Amino acid sequence: MNQFSYVRPASQQAAIDAITRDSSARFIAGGTNLLDLMKNGVLAPEKLVDINRLPLKNITLNNNILHIGALTLNSEVAAHPLVKTHHPLLSQVLLAGASQQLRNMATTGGNMMQRTRCSYFYDITMPCNKRTPGSGCSAIGGINRMHAIFGASDQCIAVHPSDMCIALVALDATVLVAGPKGNRRIPFGEFHRLPGNTPDKDNNLGKGELITGIEIPHSPFTQNVYYLKVRDRASYAFALVSVAAALDISNNTIRGARLAMGGVAHKPWRLHEAEKTLIGKSPTADNFRIAATVATQSARTYQHNAFKVPMAQNSIVTALQKAAAV
Amino acid sequence: MKKQTVGQSMDRVDGRLKVTGGARYFADHQPEGMLYAALVCSPVSSGRITAIDATKALRAPGVADVVSHLNAPPVPGYKVENPNPKQGLKIFHDDRIYSNGQPVAIVVANTLERAVYAASLVKVTYAQEVHQTDMAHSMDQAFQNKNMKDYLRGEADAWKKAPVSVEAEYNIPIEVHNPMELAGIIAHWETPDKLTLYAKTQGVKSVQQSLKTLFQLPESQITVHSQFVGGAFGMALRIWPMEIATILAAKKIRKPVKLVITRKDMFTLVGYRPAAKQRIGIGATAEGKLTGITHEAVANTSPYEDFTEAIVNMSRMMYACPNVNTHYQLVPLNLSTPVWMRGPGEATGAFALESAIDELAHKLHMDPLQLRLVNHADIDPERNLPYSSKYLKEAYEMGAAKIGWQQRSQTPGKLEENGWLVGYGMSSGVFGAGRGRATASATLKADGSLVVRSAAADIGPGTATAMVQIAADATGIDVKKIKFLLGESEYPEAPRQGGSSTVSTVGSAVNDVCRNLQQKLGELATANIPAFKDLKAENIQHEDGQLVAGNTRLDYAALLQQQQLPELVVTTTSQAGDERKQYAMYSFSVHFAKVQVHPATGVVRIKHIVSVADSGTVVNSKTARSQMIGGVVGGIGMALTEEALIDHRFGRYVNNNYADYHVPVNADTPPTDVLFINKKDPVINPMGAKGMGEIALIGFAAAVSNAVFNATGKRVRDLPITPDKLI
Repeated sequence: MNQFSYVRPASQQAAIDAITRDSSARFIAGGTNLLDLMKNGVLAPEKLVDINRLPLKNITLNNNILHIGALTLNSEVAAHPLVKTHHPLLSQVLLAGASQQLRNMATTGGNMMQRTRCSYFYDITMPCNKRTPGSGCSAIGGINRMHAIFGASDQCIAVHPSDMCIALVALDATVLVAGPKGNRRIPFGEFHRLPGNTPDKDNNLGKGELITGIEIPHSPFTQNVYYLKVRDRASYAFALVSVAAALDISNNTIRGARLAMGGVAHKPWRLHEAEKTLIGKSPTADNFRIAATVATQSARTYQHNAFKVPMAQNSIVTALQKAAAV
Repeated sequence: MKKQTVGQSMDRVDGRLKVTGGARYFADHQPEGMLYAALVCSPVSSGRITAIDATKALRAPGVADVVSHLNAPPVPGYKVENPNPKQGLKIFHDDRIYSNGQPVAIVVANTLERAVYAASLVKVTYAQEVHQTDMAHSMDQAFQNKNMKDYLRGEADAWKKAPVSVEAEYNIPIEVHNPMELAGIIAHWETPDKLTLYAKTQGVKSVQQSLKTLFQLPESQITVHSQFVGGAFGMALRIWPMEIATILAAKKIRKPVKLVITRKDMFTLVGYRPAAKQRIGIGATAEGKLTGITHEAVANTSPYEDFTEAIVNMSRMMYACPNVNTHYQLVPLNLSTPVWMRGPGEATGAFALESAIDELAHKLHMDPLQLRLVNHADIDPERNLPYSSKYLKEAYEMGAAKIGWQQRSQTPGKLEENGWLVGYGMSSGVFGAGRGRATASATLKADGSLVVRSAAADIGPGTATAMVQIAADATGIDVKKIKFLLGESEYPEAPRQGGSSTVSTVGSAVNDVCRNLQQKLGELATANIPAFKDLKAENIQHEDGQLVAGNTRLDYAALLQQQQLPELVVTTTSQAGDERKQYAMYSFSVHFAKVQVHPATGVVRIKHIVSVADSGTVVNSKTARSQMIGGVVGGIGMALTEEALIDHRFGRYVNNNYADYHVPVNADTPPTDVLFINKKDPVINPMGAKGMGEIALIGFAAAVSNAVFNATGKRVRDLPITPDKLI
């Protein structure tokens, strides 16, 4: 780890100023990922800007819109009555992630900013386009059992590791951002990026921009929701495949459906086309199977991860069945 | 008379120290002036070092030195004549790189952070050569050395002629011990020829012996301290090159140096369970009588040492079978040398044999428990000797009753609970019940307290607790007045803690030294105390820490006080006799597993485990149970989650951390019933205790794999059984 300076500004503006002045500076909140990256030599910021003193730790409901401050801990969000009542899917996904110790440190904004867990990204002796653009992708032709089946490029096949973000993309959340040029709002589905030719860029935050919170609009998905996370051990493991399913069912008819997947793409993977196949249908295994087939049409696999396609299909069906309680 | 303490559920004598932070592990020591070390390790898997530029590192703040093959003090032992062409990795001896992660330099600084930072500034250049880390691509390199003789009983490959037979290949990947406590050492040259070490080791005397040879020092000049070890599972059974590197750095810098390696380096510097490819052919009559077993294994080793273990041995002696042949080979890969990992080779072999038995039972339409009973070995078929004790049939019966074996369906895939497929599986395990040679000293003090010492280790099973219990029963002195001290090389000699033999070996020495102490006390009494003068020392009764002659009872303490003796010290060496030639001595285990498999996602959940141990007398039912549960957790890892993955293009591990290398977590660990036969072995040692550490794990993975087959009809022969293999 390199030597770095550390500042702890008292205001949002001071934090943004501190980052903008220094090209390698990084915000730090819980630090549950950033410190690992620094210890491994993946990142070597010359300055850390600690934002933990900023007043961004809150959960409120106004006009049926849930606001979660960027510094609210994952454990606080998971346990909060407003979240459990209005967006139980979000509580479920958080509890499926990491461990209680990590959730007690990790923040809402930091969760969105976590980097891929691709081994090649973390080991600086092996090529990685995300870490060192142009050096090559070691996962292609390497060990890629955990890697993407959707939206990858020949530059990068890494996946986004978050569970929380899978629910947020399914629930049409909005990311609230402050920056040198003022505040802006980014629809959650547009926050993270696909790798394309710039795998070093995980998201669309601009220079000096700070996540201040998220908003989740009112939704009917308060009952029939389920998060299925398939993993190699029962806890503290990243998803092989995960599915967030939310259904709005009345009179045995699906009025609304949300589906998103984790562990399959460089960003939280929303399944709009599959959702459409469910609207107006009854919640049956056959209909769920059709949605699953549509969901995986664009899948592309590598040497070790072909299993993810049938696993994704089966997981979509299972998650929908659990959500529908059929 | 006082109640026997052996067999009781006694709390650990050092439990309070451990949970309050009072126990001092090697890294907790802080000799005056100690410096901190960090390793520079090779990212190249084969080749030569062409240059080391330490200029920047040496200029970094707080750096004392950068030591490598270019400037390390010589190791006299490296030059000792040795006919073996494979002499291990001579660290900092030459420019040769054999495996990725091999240490090429050690950086020493006045803080850990500065050492780690300076290590990142050392620039090493390499001439890279072709490496091979993939066993599948190196099978043409397979060889046998003189320790790996083929075995044949009866006719070779007789299974091929059997009416019913199974032939299958089983693979296990590299597994890494990964104890919680990281490895390392503190090395302190108190004078140029006096070395003191704080080590993480399973044997302080073994470390002393290795260094005696390497540094050509008398034993008295090497002191090794290792009173507490935070888990090892075999990785601390030998001294490793990184420890020599630290000793060399300390010698050069002339200050104490501490090295604690990183989790990543735990994969490359302190051994692992080697990858193994096994083939079993097994045949039986239509009634299930075994007619032939062939067991062949190939496992990996390093380029510079042959690591061999007993992978194929269980097939020779577990079942009554007239025809058995085994064959075992090694393949050298550009990896560091493997080392025994709990259960060692037997656990690898048992996965193959006990899976094959299950496959055969399925083919015979026979209950696999019944198949095992039909082929039960009443005498050791390998050596034609009676067993010192064997209660395997009782163990099968107890385990079957506890798991509810009668609920199992002979046809796979028939049971279901809440949308999950349900299966039951079982397996057996066996491990030689050893007894080596050990010495213990007993010091009885005038206040009536007793201190027993032996240079044994405790890597977690609760050695001191068991020894206190054995000493308490041997002397009648209350456990609260007894201390057992271990982990110091100056104590009387004891072997390493390995191969499930500490209680048998060291416990016997403790028992014997206590008996000799009583003899000495008796002699003292007959010579000096009127009430005892007509008795012979050996005829005096001892009860509750007292000598008894008719109505006269004399406290040991009172005797010493009367004779104005501050203490009485007795030292005794104890070892097995000819009985080991007359009997086959084994511990046996039986494992039962109930699993659920999710048909859509392939996720396996173990719902219930029953492990039964036939390990003779159980000295402490509490620590014994913990030890068996530890074996179960290790077994779950072997069966379902653990696999060290190497990218063969680089020869480098890609999951070398606790997040990606999956040891089981609490959520993976089901309700576990541990049952003990708890019948004294009449032959093996005075306590009648056989070993338990290895059998806790041996066979376990097969029980899970057999249960998965019973649930799904899918036979997974490549561990670990991850969800992708079942969908």
